[in-house]
Amino acid sequence: MSRKQKNELIRIVCCLVAFLVLLVTDKCLSGGLAGAVGGKYGWLLPFALYLAVYIAIGYDVLWRAFRGILRGQMLDENFLMCIATLGAFALAIYTGASGLAPEGFDEGCAVLIFYQVGEFFQDYATGRSRRSISALMDIRPDTAHVVREGVAVTVDPAEVQPGEIISVLPGEKVPLDGVVTKGASSLDTRALTGESLPREISEGDAVVSGSVNVTSALEVRVEKAFYDSTVSKILDLVENAAEQKSKAENFITKFARWYTPAVVAAALLLAVIPGAVTGDWQEWVYRALSFLVVSCPCALVISVPLTFFAGIGAASKLGILIKGSNYLEKFDKANTFVFDKTGTLTKGNFAVVKVSPESDRERILALAATAERGSSHPIARSVAAAYGKETHADYTLTNRAGEGVVAEKDGSRILAGNEKLMRAFGVEFIPEDGAGTVIYVAENGAFVGSLLVADELRSETAEVVGELNAMGCRTVMLTGDNERIAANIAGKAGVTDFKASLLPQDKVAEVEKALAAQGKKDVLCFVGDGINDAPVLMRSDIGIAMGGVGSDAAIEASDIVLMRDDLKGIPVAKRIARKTMCVVYENIWFSILVKVAILILSAVGIAGMWLAVFGDVGVAVIAILNAMRVGSRRSVERAKRAKPAF
Amino acid sequence: MKKTFRMQDLDCANCAAKMERAVASIDGVQNVSVSFVMQRMTVEADEERFDEIMKEAAKKCRRIEPDCRIVL
Repeated sequence: MSRKQKNELIRIVCCLVAFLVLLVTDKCLSGGLAGAVGGKYGWLLPFALYLAVYIAIGYDVLWRAFRGILRGQMLDENFLMCIATLGAFALAIYTGASGLAPEGFDEGCAVLIFYQVGEFFQDYATGRSRRSISALMDIRPDTAHVVREGVAVTVDPAEVQPGEIISVLPGEKVPLDGVVTKGASSLDTRALTGESLPREISEGDAVVSGSVNVTSALEVRVEKAFYDSTVSKILDLVENAAEQKSKAENFITKFARWYTPAVVAAALLLAVIPGAVTGDWQEWVYRALSFLVVSCPCALVISVPLTFFAGIGAASKLGILIKGSNYLEKFDKANTFVFDKTGTLTKGNFAVVKVSPESDRERILALAATAERGSSHPIARSVAAAYGKETHADYTLTNRAGEGVVAEKDGSRILAGNEKLMRAFGVEFIPEDGAGTVIYVAENGAFVGSLLVADELRSETAEVVGELNAMGCRTVMLTGDNERIAANIAGKAGVTDFKASLLPQDKVAEVEKALAAQGKKDVLCFVGDGINDAPVLMRSDIGIAMGGVGSDAAIEASDIVLMRDDLKGIPVAKRIARKTMCVVYENIWFSILVKVAILILSAVGIAGMWLAVFGDVGVAVIAILNAMRVGSRRSVERAKRAKPAF
Repeated sequence: MKKTFRMQDLDCANCAAKMERAVASIDGVQNVSVSFVMQRMTVEADEERFDEIMKEAAKKCRRIEPDCRIVL
């Protein structure tokens, strides 16, 4: 709580206590405070006492109202509150002066006190949410130690040029994106990705700004200026997230615009027409004043953006960046997910998935690795990785384009390649039908076995796709592979549909076709790894990029960024969106209904000013608490784990 | 040109909405968004007249909420 807030709280509590003491004495004495003095001017005592409390709690409201009038802001909430409360006082003076027991001083006071309670609460709640976002802003590095002419100088990160060497001490944040040139350490990337396990890094590895160096000092060659670094991009994105307004927010703004004038007009009519007809001016003016108490749409205007804000904040705690509340709103309705295959549904790296016959595994791998050792092709590397041992370096390797490799040494000859190579050398082989690339291996003219190399499915793919399907979403896979391989992978991943044999540029056309075919309420998401699919990410309703850390293109082109290279972020984000939208609609309906109910009850004379102010402040407090629920730790934990309940 | 400004002491959500409306009505403003939660205003307006427009915007905002200041 800030100093200003503390002072405000003390003022409210003091006034509230004074008011309660006054109220109890007034109500307990027979004839009230006015009766205690008695006589024609008895009403002056309660008037003076209540007025003192009134001024103590409301001097700032009165002052703002006065300033508002001078500036021509007639429908200002301060002004309307003053009219309502001063009106109540005026009615009380009127009854008091006409010799009856004065009633209404307490109400005038109470309205202003509770109005201030509501204001205080709003201020406190928004301050808290704002702080939760600034906690996120903690990733901003303050300084960088740049090594210039052999000496480390501490400067602002913005002053460091790409190519310079910076040193990062343990416990410090990495200020700029770069590559480690000296040292090894572990990095805590929790603030960026929500991942709690530290990442081990050593020489040659890329480091991302905003992560924290945990164990030992590092020297890093800066790759990007501060302005282009990951941390600046993320901060920029989070700060601007509130700029893109959702439909719900726009609705509220429009509603608020008409609400206050409408209520004020209704209050005027209510005071004048029935008053003139029945002649009971006092009663109808009182009812009209109760109207003014609920004339501020604040509960709505504040709780809806606050809810979105909390939703975006909750997502960012889990390493999911959402670029605006409109995307959160849309994502809740998302019902088609189009996935790029390589790098998204699959790990994007090739691996040996099958060796046949399995009994000869070691020998086949050793031969293939020997033959393929000269190549840096991903398939050749996957073979070397599967073998994992030193290979014989003294073979002479001959590459046969489109067929494979021939390795020869002292009359012994290894063949590793596709069926064309086998046929060219007249080797009998057992065909392998698995999906992927097949390498047949032969030694000295005799077939030894075959290797099947394929891109591996991510470990979480099937689970995530299953979850999305269970949520009633359509899942589509796009791939450049041929029909047979695509069908195999689609089956394993569990997607509802797939499109095979696509060239990279066909993906945009494919997404456009789907967009054209879908109904107005359908929302299409494209999930990609951000590498060369920027056009598709931009074209789809919602572009989701994975593994955002370190990939600028992905952060820029997409609407939702999964900072962690993990598909599970999608159902998590979906659950957060669901929860946020539920709370948004709850707040909208609840606030409007309560306000309308108060208006009707006060119009027919059932609700007095007391109920009006309780209702109005109460609904604001409840709506705000409801909004903050979205960002609470419990709700974040639940979004992370829960199985979908719908 | 698009620029973001900090709003100091923006204390009421309804005022933020009113300011947004007031600034949007200024000639030459293409887009404006006032975020109460972030205490920020983003204005997109004609480049040549930007300073003039911002002066007008500051004046309009002061009328709505005298305590609030746009940090230019």
